[in-house]
Amino acid sequence: MAYVAVKGGERAIDAAHDWLARARRGDRSLPEIGTAQIASQLGRAVDRVMAEGSCYDPDLAALAIKQAQGDLIEAAFLLRAYRTTLPRFAHSEPVETDAMLLRRRISAIYKDLPGGQVLGPTYDYTHRLLDFALAAESLEVTPLPLAAASSEDTPRVTALLDQEGLIEPSGVSTEAEPGDLTRDALAFPAERDVRLQSLARGDEGFLLALGYSTQRGYGNNHPFVGEIRVGEVAVELVPPELGFPITIGTITLTECEMVNQFSGSKTEPPQFTRGYGLCFGHSERRAMGMALVDRAMRAEELGENATAPAQDIEFVLSHCDNIEATGFVEHLKLPHYVDFQSELETIRRMRATATAATAATVATETEA
Amino acid sequence: MSGYNFAYLDEQTKRMIRRAILKAVAIPGHQVPFGGREMPLPYGWGTGGIQVTAAILGPSDVLKVIDQGADDTTNAVSIRRFFARTAGIETTTHTADASVIQTRHRIPETPLRADQIIVYQVPLPEPLAKLEQSRAETRQMHALAEYGLMHVKLYEDIARYGHISISYDYPVMVNGRYLMSPSPIPAFDTPKMHRMAALQLFGAGREKRIYAIPPHTDVKPLDFDDHPFRLTRAPQACGLCGARDSYLDEVVMDDRGGRLFVCSDTDYCAGRQSMRQDEDAAA
Amino acid sequence: MTLDAPGFADPVMEAQSCFRAVLDAMAHPGSLPVIACVLAAPPLDQATAAVLLTLADAATPVWLAGETASAWDWLAFHSGAPRAASIGGAGFICATEMPNLDLLEAGSDAAPETAATLILQVPALEGGPPLILYGPGLEAPTRFAPQGLPEDFVKQWSANHRLFPRGIDLILCCGEQLCGLPRSLRIGAA
Repeated sequence: MAYVAVKGGERAIDAAHDWLARARRGDRSLPEIGTAQIASQLGRAVDRVMAEGSCYDPDLAALAIKQAQGDLIEAAFLLRAYRTTLPRFAHSEPVETDAMLLRRRISAIYKDLPGGQVLGPTYDYTHRLLDFALAAESLEVTPLPLAAASSEDTPRVTALLDQEGLIEPSGVSTEAEPGDLTRDALAFPAERDVRLQSLARGDEGFLLALGYSTQRGYGNNHPFVGEIRVGEVAVELVPPELGFPITIGTITLTECEMVNQFSGSKTEPPQFTRGYGLCFGHSERRAMGMALVDRAMRAEELGENATAPAQDIEFVLSHCDNIEATGFVEHLKLPHYVDFQSELETIRRMRATATAATAATVATETEA
Repeated sequence: MSGYNFAYLDEQTKRMIRRAILKAVAIPGHQVPFGGREMPLPYGWGTGGIQVTAAILGPSDVLKVIDQGADDTTNAVSIRRFFARTAGIETTTHTADASVIQTRHRIPETPLRADQIIVYQVPLPEPLAKLEQSRAETRQMHALAEYGLMHVKLYEDIARYGHISISYDYPVMVNGRYLMSPSPIPAFDTPKMHRMAALQLFGAGREKRIYAIPPHTDVKPLDFDDHPFRLTRAPQACGLCGARDSYLDEVVMDDRGGRLFVCSDTDYCAGRQSMRQDEDAAA
Repeated sequence: MTLDAPGFADPVMEAQSCFRAVLDAMAHPGSLPVIACVLAAPPLDQATAAVLLTLADAATPVWLAGETASAWDWLAFHSGAPRAASIGGAGFICATEMPNLDLLEAGSDAAPETAATLILQVPALEGGPPLILYGPGLEAPTRFAPQGLPEDFVKQWSANHRLFPRGIDLILCCGEQLCGLPRSLRIGAA
């Protein structure tokens, strides 16, 4: 092989993109998948991309999934890069999950309670048997008549505990603007507002694994699912010229409130503590992982020994973002031959020094 | 490119980055946190450098982008295209013709001038990161100029290997105050930073830090009197232009140990080759 | 002063060229780059107005001292910059007479970048008492003789420089020209 200076990088890139487009389209004898189909039939994928992409727009998320051939981290990245170019017109009011139009609501700590247990569309009790009937095309599902949305009052489970003073108050509400790590660099120690923001868009697998690690003893929380809610909430904002809130749309959210081991002292009677998870779309795994990790990161605040990875705020926040992580891991594919060359020269020199030293020692020993 | 602002970033983001750059220049070697944005290229692939370049670039600039010293490596091509597309500016491969040079892992062999700016892509801006993982801790160390940890690491190297084993991203002291990562340039390039005539800007996108070395500023590699800083370079001459003063890439020619050494700085090498051809023609 | 006073005619390109002039000034202290755009915001000179519009926005509390305060409507309209509650709470301070530097935010050792920038409009950038500048950005010590600095400027600046890495950064403006004096500089009387 003769040495040829690596010219033609531009042609190579164009050719790679062309090939990628063909691979994305797949078998042309099959119909092309539409973004509306993705948005409507791959809802959980769309939800994950909206959460990690930090942008609530099912149509754009569907487009990103199509463009990324179903690589959900790549799709979240596409959505984030688009999101960052959007101007900010206003801030919404905090959403009221108390007023959520519930699709699903469960509690693991009371058998029954006001508002009831509402299973909703869940995989929980499906038997994980591949349903070959789904492989047949145009399988019609008979739509069930929808029950009218429950008008029954559905108080929060944590509010019920709070009536007895059994649980710590939920986070202190302040007038201060919440932090925003999409505008300001993350600084440590990070407050809970920024931590929750970071987790809400963090990698689902990372949240899951860290949450799991706390259950296995790496920073045990003794968690109970106080309540999980999935449903629609109204997004409101207050236009300055009106001075009162108007609804600009609704979004689907999943909220998880964990009830955790109690703390107390000689002066404070023991109380359960809270871990909180909230995310775009329907993803109980994400909301639960988030709630476990949120509680774990409160270790120091609650006077516990922070020894486990999930309790290390800097560790968790610095590594939970999969857009950052995938970029940096995958950048190892970029050429590093300049650095490697300097390592080669250094290791050759060090080996030469070591070999010379050994030879000298052997020579000395032979003489002696 | 329609739908996006000049050089991609919105004006508010540019202002934020510009303020950070000015503070970085005023505090040579200090890592200034900035609200880094998601870029349409992956983290770790030059997003920090790209944001710095986007914030300084204007229509009269001429941009050169290199990766590993070469203009034609795929990522350099990709970044150059990004700016040609989003800013419509002129690009060049000639070091001398560029007003802004964005680089990954190299400093050009041709000395830079006072009217040029070099922008480094930085993966890990914290020089103490391998010794102390917590950025909260390293921030305090910088505040107190407490760099004993790094001296201990260098000393342990000497005790173990007989000399300092760092061959790239060699830690430097800037203006006698801040320990700084020069980015993963080979130690061969480190001396070029010392009192360079051009402004040197550093962007770390994922870690959201910007730092700078103003022109003519002291940049000293950390070392000991009895174990002075040494630079490494393959001892050969460039197989294409014959240079003995440039940093070389080692190219594997066959599976029997055949090697060719060529300049990593492709513009420098091409310039020398064409000069040689001119001389040959004249002779 | 009315809101009719224009801001940048081409906000994207003029902000870029003005920023490069400011960057040049800070990177090469003593050099006197020229602002290339036309702004009318009396009592602010072209350069003073341009530096403010280039750097200030809703994220940076500004303090307009003395007579420059009459430019508030213009600045608020074109930049959205909020008024700082006090001179010590401002990221940018604009003045025609130098306030005592120790009144301004100098940052902390861990976050020296939070220190204020003082934009000082002076009657001339030459013909005043000669100063010598030493430090980063300068190939050799450089003479500089602006007018309109306080008599104890060298003393105040020495105190500022001693705070390093904390300290105030100064941008002197006159007409269309500006001069950057970053905190890293040592300044002596010639």
